[in-house]
Amino acid sequence: MSKKIKAAIIGPGNIGTDLLMKAMRSDVVEPVWMIGVDSESPGLARARDMGIKTTSDGVDGMLEYMAEDEIQLCFDATSAYVHEENSRKVTRRGAIMIDLTPAAIGPFCVPPVNLAEAVDAKVMNVNMVTCGGQATIPMVAAVSRVQPVSYGEIIATVSSRSAGPGTRKNIDEFTRTTARAIREVAKVDDGKAIIIINPAEPPLIMRDTVHCLTVDEPNQDAIEASVRATVEEVQQYVPGYKLKNGPVFDGKRVSMYMEVEGLGDFLPKYAGNLDIMTAAGLRAAEMYAREILSGNFTPVAA
Amino acid sequence: MDLSGKKVTVHDMCLRDGMHPKRHLITVEEMVRVAKAMDDAKVPLIEVTHGDGLGGASVNYGFPAASDEEYLSAVCKEMKHCKVSALLLPGIGTVDHLKMALDCGVSTIRVATHCSEADVSEQHLTMAGKIDGLDTVGFLMMSHMLEPEPLLDQLKMMEDFGANCVYITDSAGYMLPDDVTARISLAREHLDPGTDLGFHGHHNLAMGVANSIAAVAAGANRIDGSFAGLGAGAGNTPLEVFLAVCDRMGIETGVDLYKAMDIAEDLIVPLMDQQVRVDRDALTLGYAGVYSSFLLFAKRSAEKYGVSSRDILVELGRRNTVGGQEDMIEDLALDMAGGLS
Repeated sequence: MSKKIKAAIIGPGNIGTDLLMKAMRSDVVEPVWMIGVDSESPGLARARDMGIKTTSDGVDGMLEYMAEDEIQLCFDATSAYVHEENSRKVTRRGAIMIDLTPAAIGPFCVPPVNLAEAVDAKVMNVNMVTCGGQATIPMVAAVSRVQPVSYGEIIATVSSRSAGPGTRKNIDEFTRTTARAIREVAKVDDGKAIIIINPAEPPLIMRDTVHCLTVDEPNQDAIEASVRATVEEVQQYVPGYKLKNGPVFDGKRVSMYMEVEGLGDFLPKYAGNLDIMTAAGLRAAEMYAREILSGNFTPVAA
Repeated sequence: MDLSGKKVTVHDMCLRDGMHPKRHLITVEEMVRVAKAMDDAKVPLIEVTHGDGLGGASVNYGFPAASDEEYLSAVCKEMKHCKVSALLLPGIGTVDHLKMALDCGVSTIRVATHCSEADVSEQHLTMAGKIDGLDTVGFLMMSHMLEPEPLLDQLKMMEDFGANCVYITDSAGYMLPDDVTARISLAREHLDPGTDLGFHGHHNLAMGVANSIAAVAAGANRIDGSFAGLGAGAGNTPLEVFLAVCDRMGIETGVDLYKAMDIAEDLIVPLMDQQVRVDRDALTLGYAGVYSSFLLFAKRSAEKYGVSSRDILVELGRRNTVGGQEDMIEDLALDMAGGLS
């Protein structure tokens, strides 16, 4: 068996557990620790059953073992409020932090668009934006890489069951962070994000609409080709990522209608919004792991 | 029923819900003209916002003729008696938009969510509720989709967040008077007696006035309507008609009825791009329980892709779509057109 880069997951909730299940299958990342704050947490019990070391003392409970366990990657699936401290503790001990919270203290990372840049820059903390951002920014970028886009807008519709209390309490964070990432990652002048929560039963699969307004008349053939190539790239880590309709061309409007079905590891398949976060987080970690394994990047303690 | 002596605050929707049939293109000048006439007629409260609320300007819902800030600041400074409200849908607008609206001089903030998702309004209602003297309203859209008991739980949640008034909103114009009575009376019985209770109707089954009277009889003290019904779908409860009925029944609104009639006839009807009425598609909204502002989007997609707008709307109802899912319409029309070929 080839060498893998060892990782810790902070936050044994639904996201952390789904991420653990995906990471167990990775060729280059090996999850070693699951970190929680509640010894009764079912997520910690599940992780122990899967042979993973656990602590209920938060990140502090792992720090003294980080060196001997060779932890070089950490995922934070907790909340924006504690992320900064978690990140500081592990990055100063030489681990790269993949941030799945809305804290966004590091640069935004949408794997098919700018992951390579982050890895090249040897950034020690990357933020995975939002579920809606992961699902849609690749498509905005697919258009903006063909020609200038003055405005990118996304509408993410998620099932009520897949929108947790954190998302609901801080729904403005979703719209603000996603809109900012549309501008910064897809490099468009102006961005807007809308999120709709739908309580239908059975739950609907995450759907996303992407509208771009191009500066000049859209180059239809080039955009079609770019969009299809991007969909295939996202499908490498989210097989249920699908272009349902489009691109529709209407004057300078280019619209794409997407559906995102999850793998159904720990989270249900309809929760493609959560699946694409964990899958994108792992994708980012794997890219770092390959760079470390190939000797191009040696993260060092700060 | 004897409702004489009851006091009701009417709330005009022409300059917000009325933006839907106008594709959000009412000009600032038109808004000011209409608002001044309503001020003169002693309408107590009017709403001024993009049809989909603050921050609604988008490809998805339509870009308006002017920004929310331009509309609100122009209207607010002309009002002598009348107060101005702004609507916000969490997920579309943010607390930043609310702060902007407050700076423009609104006295009422209404935060709208789908009927079962009141918890997404916490950030906004909490912020608004803490501001002294600000009328803070929680607004549950598509209320026909929840039974009275679970609907009450959602209303209470909004009350807890800081709303001093909560609304049962028939966004699809689907409810019949008994549906309104059941929901309003249970809410009135269990909410804090000091909390105002409102009803917002749509006229898709021509029940706007009857439902609003049922709401008043069951304990509502705020009623939304719009002059000449200018609003999404077949429009809102036609306000001048509701006012005339109130007058006959002795319900006190404080609005000058003849001036109200004149606003509808002389100002609003000439503003309409098409007659707002119970046409086949608007009737389908009410019949199938579909969000009223989907109307024009369904008509446009039907025409563009050669499918039936009624079929689109019925399918949107079958899929339990909620307010704001306008983006489903072109997607669905493409699916339907593809299925035909």
